[in-house]
Amino acid sequence: MAIDAATVRKVARLARIAEPEDRIESLAKELSGILDWIEQLGEVDTDGVEPMTTSVETTLPMRDDVVTDGGDPARVLGNAPKTEKGFFVVPKVVE
Amino acid sequence: MSELTGLTLKAALDGLDAKTFSSEELTRAHMAAVEGARALNAFVVETPDKALDMARAADARRAKGAAGPLEGAPLGIKDLFCTEGVQSTAASKILRGFEPAYESTVTSNLWRDGAVMLGKLNMDEFAMGSSNETSAWGPVVNPWRAQGGNAQLTPGGSSGGSAAAVAAELCLGATATDTGGSIRQPAAFTGTVGIKPTYGRCSRWGVVAFASSLDQAGPMARTVEDAAILLRSMSGHDPKDSTSLPVDVPDFPAFCGRSVKGLRIGVPKEYRVDGMPPEIDALWEQGIAWLKDAGCEIVEVSLPHTKYALPAYYIVAPAEASSNLARYDGMRYGLRVDGESLIDTYEKTRAEGFGAEVKRRILIGTYVLSAGYYDAYYLKALKVRRRIADDFDQAWEKVDALLTPTAPSAAFALGEKSDDPVAMYLNDIFTVTVNLAGLPGMSVPAGLDAQGLPLGLQLIGRNLDEGTLFSLGAAIEKAADFRAKPQRWW
Repeated sequence: MAIDAATVRKVARLARIAEPEDRIESLAKELSGILDWIEQLGEVDTDGVEPMTTSVETTLPMRDDVVTDGGDPARVLGNAPKTEKGFFVVPKVVE
Repeated sequence: MSELTGLTLKAALDGLDAKTFSSEELTRAHMAAVEGARALNAFVVETPDKALDMARAADARRAKGAAGPLEGAPLGIKDLFCTEGVQSTAASKILRGFEPAYESTVTSNLWRDGAVMLGKLNMDEFAMGSSNETSAWGPVVNPWRAQGGNAQLTPGGSSGGSAAAVAAELCLGATATDTGGSIRQPAAFTGTVGIKPTYGRCSRWGVVAFASSLDQAGPMARTVEDAAILLRSMSGHDPKDSTSLPVDVPDFPAFCGRSVKGLRIGVPKEYRVDGMPPEIDALWEQGIAWLKDAGCEIVEVSLPHTKYALPAYYIVAPAEASSNLARYDGMRYGLRVDGESLIDTYEKTRAEGFGAEVKRRILIGTYVLSAGYYDAYYLKALKVRRRIADDFDQAWEKVDALLTPTAPSAAFALGEKSDDPVAMYLNDIFTVTVNLAGLPGMSVPAGLDAQGLPLGLQLIGRNLDEGTLFSLGAAIEKAADFRAKPQRWW
């Protein structure tokens, strides 16, 4: 099995998703099943092949370094779960 | 529902132009159809007031002689597109109640051209799924049923709401998106036309991101010409999307009906897979015969890395998704579940807000990008992706387009494959190669199986050569003379 319970716990922590303890074993099985199926990529000879990150083979365009939007805090905060005096309210970040 | 909802988009635009009916009448007929079809669960938000306002404004513009190319045509919008002031959730609980302060470029283009919005269409959560069963708002039901049966079938996914709404004549056309087959497979399952254009043809700005190097918007419609009319309006360069291509938009509808004589059509032998129903193989042969009759030359080609496309996709797409979906942290918008600390809040929010398939893909993506696995999985998949794109480049030396089946089966029952992720992923076996290479692909309804369910054929074209696909699609449409419609049970 490619992925064991400890790896699931580690990856879930990295992904910031709380997975209940009783889900860990079944997740390990599911993810291993998918990765076992993916292993067949090993059959492909990719020596000297350039990795392909995009099908658009151009350099990214540059634009003028000017402000094009903004100045509307009410719209920015419109969907925030919690706000106060024109700011986002978030949990304490620094202890 | 009424004669007005049974029109093609083209016929509706002609009727509006001839003053046979108004956009308000046309829109009201579709609103009634939407209301009467809630059993399909195709719409997640209905916007009747907005639709009427837009329809009246369209009628006023037409009266002044200022009608746009889509003036007064009622459409459905996949919930992946951000629509200003109208809830846009990507069918996820984590975005429940989210009302964007901006409009996606694609929908802006449609409104610029006069289209009317009926509402937002259901889909798989974050477009991750092939059956619409991962939606936080429940699955969409396919308007089609097997002959003599009443089992509820999937409309396909992820654009299942778009497909069902178009097939059931709730709207004249719909927007959809395709990351691995999410336009073409639902089109095949519902007897509709769907095209994923070349990557970069439509702006991704304001479309909720899944896998940014693969995501592409496109239309779903009831005819090839309707799809061409919609794509012409949706396309165009957008400085707000750096991968949007700075190229002119061809007059796509003009390609429909053009002769396909002399075109070389490739038939890739690797698309003949084990266990494929004989009806699909027969339909493929039929499609080859139709194009031969229309004057095309048929050439057998080889795309040797085809079988590796899906496993490569299931590294690339989850990797990009795990990165894109990191933004759902409960701080600036969407769901927040308070925890004991910042990290606890993140973890609880994401555990509560994401569904099982989305979590599975985020975990896979996080794993393949994590230290020690990046080279073995992610980099390897990117190299295989290049091999797949090279296969197509070699084929283009011999042929102008490719013809394949769209999906390995007809629509299956809801619940039939939801326990086995890999079985579900295999739905996209014929469609996903196109996303990896960035090419345009179109599904055209071509026949019914023994149970009376629709089947589609897929056309694949060169980069930016959607025009040839519209010509070939129209030729197949004409030869197939596909007129079957789902029997109304809803």
